Amino acid sequence: MTAQTIHRTTPRASAGGRRKAPRWGQLASQAFLISACVLWLLPIAFALYVSLRPYSETQKYGYVSMPHHLTLKNFSDAWSQSDMLHYFWNSVLITVPSVIVVLALASGLAFVLTRVNVKINVALLIVFTAGNLLPQQVIITPLYRLFLQIHLPTFLAGSGLLYNSITGLIVINVAFQLGFCTFVLSNYMKSIPDEMYEAALVDGAGLWTRFRKLTVPLCRPALAALATLLTTWIYNDFFWAITLMSSGDKRPVTSALANLQGQFVSNQNLIAAAAMIAAIPTLVVYVLLQKQFIAGLALGSSKG
Amino acid sequence: MTSPRIPQNFERPLARRGLLKGMGAAAAFATVPGALAACSSSKSSGSSGGNAGSVTSPVTFGSNYSDASPKAAFAALCAAATAAGGPKVTVNTVDHNTFQTNITSYLQGTPDDLFTWFAGYRMQYFAAQGLALPLDDVWAKIGGNFSASVKTLCTGLDGHQYFVPIYNYPWVVFYNKSHFAAKGYTVPTTWDDFIALCKKMKSDGIVPLAFADKDGWPALGTFDILNMRINGYDYHQKLMKHQVSWTDPGVTAVFDKWAELMPYMQTGANGRIWQDAAKALEQKQAGMMFQGTNQVAAQYVTDNANLDDLDFFPYPAINPTYGQDYMDAPTDGFMISKKAKNPAGAKAILEYIGTAAAESTFLKTDQWDVGVATGLQAPSYDAIQKKSVTAISGCKAVAQFMDRDADPAMATAMISIIQKFIDDPSTGNITSLQNSAEQQAKAIYTS
Amino acid sequence: MTDHELDPVAAGAPRAPRRRRVGRLSGRDKAVVAVLLGLPILIDLAFIWGPALATVGLSFTKWNGVGGLSTKTCQPNVPSILNNGCLYGIQNYHQAATIYPEFWPAVRHNLIWLAVFVFFATPLGMLFAVLIDRGIKGSRMYQSILFLPVMLSLALVGIIWEFMYSQNYGLINTVIGHNHNGNAIDWLGNPKLNLWSVLVEASWRQAGYVMVLYLAGLKAVDPQLREAAVMDGTNAWQTFWKVVFPVMRPINIVVMVVTVIESLRAFDLVYITNKGINGLELLSVLVTSNIVGETQRVGFGSALGVVLLVISLVPICTFLYLTFRRESQPKGAR
Repeated sequence: MTAQTIHRTTPRASAGGRRKAPRWGQLASQAFLISACVLWLLPIAFALYVSLRPYSETQKYGYVSMPHHLTLKNFSDAWSQSDMLHYFWNSVLITVPSVIVVLALASGLAFVLTRVNVKINVALLIVFTAGNLLPQQVIITPLYRLFLQIHLPTFLAGSGLLYNSITGLIVINVAFQLGFCTFVLSNYMKSIPDEMYEAALVDGAGLWTRFRKLTVPLCRPALAALATLLTTWIYNDFFWAITLMSSGDKRPVTSALANLQGQFVSNQNLIAAAAMIAAIPTLVVYVLLQKQFIAGLALGSSKG
Repeated sequence: MTSPRIPQNFERPLARRGLLKGMGAAAAFATVPGALAACSSSKSSGSSGGNAGSVTSPVTFGSNYSDASPKAAFAALCAAATAAGGPKVTVNTVDHNTFQTNITSYLQGTPDDLFTWFAGYRMQYFAAQGLALPLDDVWAKIGGNFSASVKTLCTGLDGHQYFVPIYNYPWVVFYNKSHFAAKGYTVPTTWDDFIALCKKMKSDGIVPLAFADKDGWPALGTFDILNMRINGYDYHQKLMKHQVSWTDPGVTAVFDKWAELMPYMQTGANGRIWQDAAKALEQKQAGMMFQGTNQVAAQYVTDNANLDDLDFFPYPAINPTYGQDYMDAPTDGFMISKKAKNPAGAKAILEYIGTAAAESTFLKTDQWDVGVATGLQAPSYDAIQKKSVTAISGCKAVAQFMDRDADPAMATAMISIIQKFIDDPSTGNITSLQNSAEQQAKAIYTS
Repeated sequence: MTDHELDPVAAGAPRAPRRRRVGRLSGRDKAVVAVLLGLPILIDLAFIWGPALATVGLSFTKWNGVGGLSTKTCQPNVPSILNNGCLYGIQNYHQAATIYPEFWPAVRHNLIWLAVFVFFATPLGMLFAVLIDRGIKGSRMYQSILFLPVMLSLALVGIIWEFMYSQNYGLINTVIGHNHNGNAIDWLGNPKLNLWSVLVEASWRQAGYVMVLYLAGLKAVDPQLREAAVMDGTNAWQTFWKVVFPVMRPINIVVMVVTVIESLRAFDLVYITNKGINGLELLSVLVTSNIVGETQRVGFGSALGVVLLVISLVPICTFLYLTFRRESQPKGAR
């Protein structure tokens, strides 16, 4: 049995039903979507344009003017003056472990909730899902105090505390994203037919084996999709990093961008360049894994 | 990226606080063994488990000097302190907005040994919370370098010093000399001259006063100066401490005068950052701008604008009783956090910084602030800095700034109120804004 | 993604057999359950629900975040600094509703935000999804472009849009010729305009998000269903409302919740624009500025947080009810 049995790929709707659509409808749709896309790209394109022009030139002619020079100098300046590589590395240090731990915990939890008859499983799922939907501000003060109380060995946290440490940011990102992932994964696991588990039971596989050897491989598409989503969300996080991290040099790139904004405030061209650079990782993830996104979101929503 | 840090396993062996039922700073202090708790004020007591640190081990310095030029000046200062026999300094820079916003959390968390901060009530507030280390012993050594008024600025509500200053800068009206010369404008000294000049500029198609308040704080400066010109320095201090009501006619007079000036101030200030307003001045779209040298002159340097052409005059007099006697001249400097891991090393650094030599080192890179040490000879001073020294010393008293003289929560409330005033400077709105300010002040200052 | 609800109609595909939970557990299994269940529960309680409850507790105190809390009652008419960490009753709520000038504007702005998302961004995203799902030429490209903003952090969105809105230098004012000192339109500073300006930014991102949610939902709709409808002579519009939309009920619930929650959570965008003052007040910002600001009014900020919490619980509970209602019923009974 393979994943295909459960991951029934829905064929893209055949063109058959659509051929009858009137031509003017097609044209109108095209026109609407094209204009929407232009509007959607405009702000990004404009920021990119600003970032490609030297400061002296836009200072003289304004942002909205024909280019006399186009240069990558803003990019190299933003990159070197703000030590972006360092902040990117911080982002990696926070994002990668967070994603792995969330997925590990969430798949274990979802497995138990869907496959073991724990009396309160629905209640638990509710508690987790609801927790994920809370606004971050609602929990920040006590959380901050809590982070100051938890001592960690120095190899885990340079500060000796959960507060102001990469570990701390991983912990809160894990806790905060757990609910959503559990929700999605439990939906996915529910669609795994019981026969597969019965077969495994006959073979005498224990619960752990059924989880590790059967469930996790079957959930791979869902895990991949979630990993993509989580990477973006955690990478883009702004709030936890500015409130739970006091050292500027340990912050991830998204919140460090506020630093850059302060630093380059009078040179908007540099800010534009820095912003473009900061956007690159998520854009790369997006281009590479676009399909997974749709699939991932579909997983989260196709709850019957 | 990982700065060399003191091993931290030793920290806080005492008084580990339970979640949300931690003891007050005073209570925590009381649990420190008697010998330490009994330490007199002249000898600072290391609160972090009695570890006084060492003069030679490295210290960390939390800095909000995040803009490129001050950052460089600050780095030079730290290097000079180390060279002068102090410990090695590791600087931890955080952008200034974030630094200020997080200060309470920062000081209660894992603060650096030293941190950059502001003189005035804004310092006293945090000192009174027991978050800063008293520096009486440092002041015993550097006290001779400063005037009595500077020392007062560095003194907490309990009479101990908590702060070592580095520079201050005046809030004045800037203009371009060439612009004034070309148009035949003259520097106004009275309110009537000022308004007349504004009218003239407006008829010449120039924005009389460049103005920006997107960040919220720049407009507080205009309130402060009008208040000091109309009601005097003592009134300002009383108002900041809420000993005068915000519904007082004196405050109404300030808003009324400001409303008179509004037609001559650049519109849309709430959406503009002060850097853009400074650019309007640079490009002579605007005739004047009221702000600190720390902002306008620094921006001229950043933008490679014509700094030599920049000049300023003190805000014109309104009430003849007070003339041009007062101004905002905020002082920046440094403090040691109560949780410092190496207080001895940190004090060694401050003992160096509190000298004229240190200030002139800093001012080599900084072309807009002025030192506060008495008899400071800074050969690197430019015209603006020289004039700043004269302007400040010509005052009978200088205020810090609303967000430094008042309870910070009140300053935050006033930021919002003044932005609403800028949107609608009508008499009716002034009354309701004053009422709102007073209600909030009551909630903030007393309960 | 097998969807139970859709299965019966799906070309006679055999219905997925009802799930039976595995009953007997060995000792080792029990340990596995304990770990897999215990660890996440512990994390969730310690870092999410514990703090959430503590916030409720804090909202009845007056505290500046320094020092500890006591069970003393606050003294009336005493300087604040002496009145720290004491019990304040419902005073914080009372002050918020009566003298805090930002409170009601913030509530109003959150409601406007919600309304714009519900009546503009969400329908727009849905329209995108429906058009793209019809498989017209270039749909893949359209989808990529429209989804692009969702990948950017809100902080970045704020920065990017500053170039559009800047008074004297921005694209919009320059193009419409309003970039001079006399006539410049202050998109982000004028409190009558800036909420709408920021909502354009927010919708720019939200529509793409909703689009993808719907695309995912539409992909789950069995094509044969539509073809059957087309054979019956229904037009595209009718097909959508009569056949497709009802089938997407689960995704509609998700979109509804995402819309409501995102409007309550809105924070980054206004924070990066002007720290959420002067026309951009939102509850989340007020909580933040009181709790993590330079001077902390923790009790007061927590009270605002509780208001936000209570409001958030409405959509959360609705969602949970709609989603889990059937969970407790036997599957076959549907």
